[in-house]
Amino acid sequence: MSGPAQDWEENSPERLYVITGGRSGTSEQDALDLVTLVVSRSEPQPGAQPEHTAIVRMCHYPLSVAEISAYLRLPASAVTVLLADLLADGRVEARAPIPAASLPDAELLEAVMHGLQRL
Amino acid sequence: MDFKGSDTLPGPRCEDALPSSAAAAVKIVVVGGFGVGKTTLVGSVSEIRPLTTEETMTRAGVGVDDVAGVERKTETTVAMDFGRISIDERLVLYLFGTPGQERFWFLWNGLFDGALGAVVLVDTRRLEVSFDVIGRLEDRGVPFVVAVNTFPGAPRYPVEELRTALDLPDYVPLVECDARDRSSSRDVLMALMRYLHSLTVTPEPQ
Ligand SMILES: Nc1nc2c(ncn2[C@@H]2O[C@H](COP(=O)(O)OP(=O)(O)O)[C@@H](O)[C@H]2O)c(=O)[nH]1
Ligand SMILES: [Mg+2]
Repeated sequence: MSGPAQDWEENSPERLYVITGGRSGTSEQDALDLVTLVVSRSEPQPGAQPEHTAIVRMCHYPLSVAEISAYLRLPASAVTVLLADLLADGRVEARAPIPAASLPDAELLEAVMHGLQRL
Repeated sequence: MDFKGSDTLPGPRCEDALPSSAAAAVKIVVVGGFGVGKTTLVGSVSEIRPLTTEETMTRAGVGVDDVAGVERKTETTVAMDFGRISIDERLVLYLFGTPGQERFWFLWNGLFDGALGAVVLVDTRRLEVSFDVIGRLEDRGVPFVVAVNTFPGAPRYPVEELRTALDLPDYVPLVECDARDRSSSRDVLMALMRYLHSLTVTPEPQ
């Protein structure tokens, strides 16, 4: 099986248009941060778009949107469109980042310092 | 499936997988001019080989052949390198390196939303980029520390002279580092965390 866009120039506007169906800027998509963690909830759907299948496969363990973007070699903005589809179908779950509102809380910072000290 | 002609499925190597317990992430942004050592710093503390995420920007070309009245669009692709540090079974820290020049600021919206803070990486041979970055971070209210990556042969200034040169307020930490060195880079992140921690007690003077 081959991806529909494989012969196209990497990340040309045309390729991205096909992969995302020309969609962008939906509210589901906006809720996904670069460091939202994505985890699969099911096996890939037979006959699904190759990019959808690839995401479901690689997210067997949690992966950030940024990592998915890196492994698929797609811009994060295209990845979030694909993720919105998978979320709507319940194929993946999204674990939102800890919002650092205006100021992150002291306990969170202490946890991070602890982790860094072990490096 | 055929992704870029490779036989393997795209995804992390087994040893790069996060535990299923990973529940949430936080991020720090490393910002500075080209070649200042962002990728090097990210790579020296990251538990995974740094990865690259790209974003494309489409904008109308300026001053290019619009003879036919056709608006020319230019595509700019900007790569951001990033790395990862597992803090504990539940918490993951991501570090993003992003170019500091004004023309890349379109990347900052998603990137800085929810970020803990930033490291401004400075090369003393090219301080100009740092001015704009520092001003922009101040405007956005993003807390940051400044780290001077010491290159051989680069002019060395006493820290206080640099502070003056960068017009940096007293309360903003200014540290030196060697981005190639893991513990030195870790110390930069620690300086940021300590600074952020101090802000939870004493908010930044306005
Ligand atoms: N001597 C020295 N070289 C460095 C240091 N940090 C980075 N470099 C080198 O400078 C070059 C640019 O660094 P890179 O991390 O790619 O910069 P970036 O464009 O900011 O991501 C690379 O060849 C690095 O090996 C440093 O602290 N000392
Ligand atoms: Mg780089």
